[in-house]
Amino acid sequence: MTATPAIEIHDLRKSFGRVQALDGLDLTVQPGEVAGFLGPNGAGKSTAIRVLLGLLRADSGTARLFGGDAWRDAVELHRRLAYVPGDVSLWPNLTGGEAIDFLGRLRGTVDKRRKADLLERFELDPTKKARTYSKGNRQKVALVAAFSMDVDLLILDEPTSGLDPLMEAVFTEYVREAAAAGTSVLLSSHILHEVEKVCDTVTIIRNGTSVESGTLDELRHLTRSNVTAVVSDDPSGVRGLAGVHNFATAPADGGTRVTFDIDNAQVGPAMSQLTALGLHSLTAAPPSLEELFMRHYGDVLPGAESADDGADDTASAAAQGTAGAR
Amino acid sequence: MTAVALAPAVPRPSFGSTLSGTGRLVRFMLRRDRVRLSVWTLSVVAFYAYFAVALDAMGPEALAGRALVMETPAGIVMGGPGYGIDNYTVGVAIANEGITWVVLALGIMSVLHVVRHTRAEEESSRSELVRAAPVGRHAPAVAAVITLFVVNAVIAVVSALALYGASGEAMPLADSFGLTVGSGLAAMVFGAVAVVACQITEHGRGATGIGLAAYGLALVLRSAGDIQERHGSLLSWFSPIGWAQQMRAFVDLRWWPTALSVVAILVLLVLGAFLASRRDFGGGLVATRGGRADAPASLRSPLALAWRQQRSAFGWTALGMALMWYASGTLLPEILEMGVSGAEDNEMFQAVFGGTDPAVFRDGFLSAMMLFAALACAAYAIVMSGRAKAEETAGRAEVLLALAVSRSRWFGAHLVVVGLSTVVLMAVSVYAMWAGAVQVGMDEPGLAAYTDVFWTYSVALLVYLGLAAALYAWVPRFASAVWLLLVYSFVVGMFGAVFDLPEGAEAISPLNWLPAGFGEAPETASMVGLGAVAAVLLGLALLGFRWRDLQSS
Ligand SMILES: Nc1ncnc2c1ncn2[C@@H]1O[C@H](COP(=O)(O)OP(=O)(O)OP(=O)(O)O)[C@@H](O)[C@H]1O
Ligand SMILES: [Mg+2]
Repeated sequence: MTATPAIEIHDLRKSFGRVQALDGLDLTVQPGEVAGFLGPNGAGKSTAIRVLLGLLRADSGTARLFGGDAWRDAVELHRRLAYVPGDVSLWPNLTGGEAIDFLGRLRGTVDKRRKADLLERFELDPTKKARTYSKGNRQKVALVAAFSMDVDLLILDEPTSGLDPLMEAVFTEYVREAAAAGTSVLLSSHILHEVEKVCDTVTIIRNGTSVESGTLDELRHLTRSNVTAVVSDDPSGVRGLAGVHNFATAPADGGTRVTFDIDNAQVGPAMSQLTALGLHSLTAAPPSLEELFMRHYGDVLPGAESADDGADDTASAAAQGTAGAR
Repeated sequence: MTAVALAPAVPRPSFGSTLSGTGRLVRFMLRRDRVRLSVWTLSVVAFYAYFAVALDAMGPEALAGRALVMETPAGIVMGGPGYGIDNYTVGVAIANEGITWVVLALGIMSVLHVVRHTRAEEESSRSELVRAAPVGRHAPAVAAVITLFVVNAVIAVVSALALYGASGEAMPLADSFGLTVGSGLAAMVFGAVAVVACQITEHGRGATGIGLAAYGLALVLRSAGDIQERHGSLLSWFSPIGWAQQMRAFVDLRWWPTALSVVAILVLLVLGAFLASRRDFGGGLVATRGGRADAPASLRSPLALAWRQQRSAFGWTALGMALMWYASGTLLPEILEMGVSGAEDNEMFQAVFGGTDPAVFRDGFLSAMMLFAALACAAYAIVMSGRAKAEETAGRAEVLLALAVSRSRWFGAHLVVVGLSTVVLMAVSVYAMWAGAVQVGMDEPGLAAYTDVFWTYSVALLVYLGLAAALYAWVPRFASAVWLLLVYSFVVGMFGAVFDLPEGAEAISPLNWLPAGFGEAPETASMVGLGAVAAVLLGLALLGFRWRDLQSS
């Protein structure tokens, strides 16, 4: 693409004393793109976001927003973005409504109609004092403030933590609306179905490094499908095929039930083999993102070959996915 | 079948269950606060010991002169009911003058301790974690009271032994214990008030305020009672400070007034427990009212927000200071008259207040009053500059700085609000005293002299603010080190002349650069220098804050 990316992070490093929070992070969000930002606890997501907001100073590497330097041009850049932290703390003696107005005014004027709409959709009472809001309601105050602003970029760090499912749906809707209006979004989240619903691309980081990034479809391609079939002949030959994992058999009506996971790139040969064995029935579950994330987060995917740490594992997973060599 | 299996699985709560886990919490609190509590202990013990040694060094004649001052209204307010004033020995002086201050220090410690371990914990939701563990409802409060008792007991015992030792065993051990135990119990009354306050309000800050206000009230009652009548009138007996003083340590010791403190503490604790069972976790008894749905038009900048956050604290402080200094002003002629006659044969007095010439003595005395006023304002500046740090750690600064607000604008807003409030408080103090003095017909020194005092002290106050801000910007962990300068300034300002400190040592205190006498013309070079130091510190603060990482929990 030729347009300046909304977010461009390259080889970003940041340490806190001995903790290396970011270790050569790369991340790009194109204009109008909704980017998911995933990673296990302590991976460095919030740190990356704080660097982007100019709240933390990077040790090295570049962090740019709309082509401007995230640290040096912070104030100018912030005119074009809105931020929602994962744990919102509000001013004790301000009501929610006052906080929303105040935050809006620091950028420009507050659109009363939009504020009222948002308050209604999020079912938020703006007259309460900050202390009396529940966790989810504090979160809503920040969300209403962010969505009521007319911005080019939304930076959201676990914005839905504490929201009930209904409110989460409202949130998803507003993100979609913002995306439709051309706003870029960086969404850090642990809620996979939320990411699946709204994100165009996903970046997974671990130990401060990006271990995977691409569109959701691309990522799905890297994972495995779960196959269950009933065949009449002895299926043990399937076990030796490339890309087959967790192979298991059980006797079933009229033959043998066989279940296994298969790398998506290797589905073809396995299917012809199964057909040759006299196929009675077949179900193939689509690859779940969950599995992909599990693999990157903690190597707990059953059948994953190695239990190395993040970077190595990813390399092997990727190699396996694309080449399918064994 | 399932019913049978389930029935015994739910144990019935036993009577003691609201207190279970108290022991573990006590250990945890002592561990967590070991440094904080040690510093308090050492400071109070050092104060007692130092006071004893310093008074002893004055000699009997100077002590007798001191006794005269203690009969003036100001002396009574700052000191006590005047037991043994005719034979003013070191012990009598400590009992008469020290108790008010020791109870203040221990009272502040007690209130802060209670609030810190109960309401503040609840506010931060840390204690949710604790309470979710097998820990009873009353356990945190009871553990806070137990630890408070332990600390006060340790302080009382060590202090009594220190007094006994420091006086070369001249002060009877029983009286020493009477003094320290009485003061400790009186202070614990304020801790118990804080326990009740923590049930009533939702915010730790409010509870602290109530606890300290209780001390203020106790001081007013005691002072009024003691001024009405030597050795106290009925009014004095409504004040915990009075209970400690009425033990007449070193004069004619009696122990029964401690019973008043003990009963008051028990009653307050029972009241606290009663209220605690009637409120929700995290809630107070006074429900927070709803507010407006839209912000007022004025709330549109970090400056407006900072003011909004500080205005009530500022308002109450200004009111309190105005009343206090106005009252002091009305008492001035009386104090001065008695003071001058007392100073005639008192070298210590002459050293502190500059001589026996009535005008010189008056100006010296007024300067000493202004020192108190200025230090109170400096303390306000330091406390309020800490609000910026609180905003940062709570993550609220982060939200603003993620908007189009520069760091300098945000931090600058805080500094401007604190700086202006501090200067206004100084003005309030100075002119309130002037108004009080004029009210009772004391026209000298005139308004111009007061004005000079006001602006010169204001410049010095900005140095304290500058240092507080610079420390916060560059080394946030050591931001509270600025209190050392305040304490140092107090010691140098009060006792510098007596101790004959070297020049260089005195120069560290910003107040030392101000004219010594009240309303004396300031030296231009000194004032420009002070102003420059303040400006440099504030500049450094803004610069440092722009360059560092933001911290949030
Ligand atoms: N101010 C700090 N001082 C020291 N270490 C820090 C600081 N902030 C973050 N870290 C460390 O940096 C690492 C990354 O933390 P970060 O908050 O960015 O993780 P995260 O990906 O946002 O995790 P989560 O999913 O739990 O929000 C962690 O190891 C954390 O302990
Ligand atoms: Mg995080």
